[in-house]
Amino acid sequence: MLGFDPEDPLPGKHPGLTLLNDRPVNAETPPHLLEPKVTPADRMFVRNNGLVPRDLPPTPTTIPPDWALRIAGEAVPEPVTFTLSELRERFPNYTYQLTLECGGNGRSEFNPPARGNQWSTGAVGCPEWTGVRLRDVLKAANYDSSKAVYIGYYGKDTHLSGDPDKVPISRGVPIEKALEDESLIAWAMNDEPLPLLNGYPLRLVFGGYPASCSGKWLSEIVVRDRVHDGEKMGGQSYRVPCEPVAPGTTVEDKDMCIILDMPVKSLLTSPRTGAIVEAADGLSIGGHAWCGSSEVARVDYSIDFGASWTACQLNRPANRFAWQHFSAKVDFPVAGYYEVWARATDADGNAQPMVLPGWNPRGYLNNACHRIAVKVV
Amino acid sequence: MGFRARAIGILGLLTMAALAVTRCTDEDTGPQPTEAKASRIVDGLDMDTGLIAEGEYLLVKGNCLACHSAKLVTQNRATREGWSQMIDWMQEKQGLWDLGPQREPILDYLATYYAPDESGRRPPLENIEWYKLDADE
Repeated sequence: MLGFDPEDPLPGKHPGLTLLNDRPVNAETPPHLLEPKVTPADRMFVRNNGLVPRDLPPTPTTIPPDWALRIAGEAVPEPVTFTLSELRERFPNYTYQLTLECGGNGRSEFNPPARGNQWSTGAVGCPEWTGVRLRDVLKAANYDSSKAVYIGYYGKDTHLSGDPDKVPISRGVPIEKALEDESLIAWAMNDEPLPLLNGYPLRLVFGGYPASCSGKWLSEIVVRDRVHDGEKMGGQSYRVPCEPVAPGTTVEDKDMCIILDMPVKSLLTSPRTGAIVEAADGLSIGGHAWCGSSEVARVDYSIDFGASWTACQLNRPANRFAWQHFSAKVDFPVAGYYEVWARATDADGNAQPMVLPGWNPRGYLNNACHRIAVKVV
Repeated sequence: MGFRARAIGILGLLTMAALAVTRCTDEDTGPQPTEAKASRIVDGLDMDTGLIAEGEYLLVKGNCLACHSAKLVTQNRATREGWSQMIDWMQEKQGLWDLGPQREPILDYLATYYAPDESGRRPPLENIEWYKLDADE
């Protein structure tokens, strides 16, 4: 019924992932499993609004040449359809490391609680994606740049209710984002076919935007002459109050704005929280930092709850929208209980808050500093 | 007698819902409410679902789990008003049927057993599994 073994809700995924929900399937990755610089496919988090399409292989090994992608919408004169093999052969192929993070990553910390999957820190990853530029494909479909405002997607996933007339999710991005170099129609993750749960065989990838913009099991792209109004573009979904509100406020739909760039954020991936270390050894720490636009300019760590901060080593990104790697060697003044906190700052001077950022009804955009517990003996 | 009448009522609703919505029942076992009997209970949890096996949990099992898994309930916390808004949203957007007289007892259950915890903006780290760094990695 689910198109894969119901005994294994996470086919092809690492056993260390945390299953948040099995219908629809949602799972996140513990921080220490995100240690590799390029996220392995089996460790990429899973976020579904609907049901995975049936009749697709649970652990794909080949890319289906005849999978069809239709380009339509008000700003396309005549709908055009490309097969997956036409996409691969007709347009230049590009490979980028692109960070995808769920808009609701960190939701579990909000209070009053926000409903939805209670993501902690693991709805993020940065694999290497291969595909064609969305821009090249839209041009080949003769889209009208004077009319185009937004692109929207449709995929082959089905609504939880089973109603074939209901669309589980149909989101998208402003045309300016769609036309960027790194905006891909992708068929490969780390040189292999996409995992089924991450959109096999074809999906969009927009680094730096909420991952829900990057449609999976992609079958149609519409170039709209208005802000796309598909399922979960309006109401309270993936939107936050246009003006800050007090925690627990009821906010009307008209006062909510669509999330665009994700905020600056970082994650300590090494060591795993709970490390007991010898004082004489010190501690090597490491992790990743990312932001939705520009670049992360610095990462600092604190072992005294923010009273003082020390700069980490920070690498430049492999390409725009790739996460960056930081590291440091930490010395502790005396034995005892410590928390190591990491704080990233982007090139515009925006830093991660130590407390939760502004409360919002659905619990999006929690980019508060990550921390791990360490005991020095 | 009350429960029997209620069960028949739910069955009626479910039959109507099944006509409109083809997948919100388990195809192997039929409509959920007829299955929503007490199963094995361990440590106060219903072993089928992980729901706290107190109060009117069978109503939740029967109505809510037809469409989504119990984890969508058990991982969330909300006040009665919050749970009520979620049910409204599911009815407006997601095809949940009118719960009729079941609505109030379902809300009683959710607001009692899945109520929000009071906590600060960054509570102390919890459930730390300590390990010797050298031995571990």
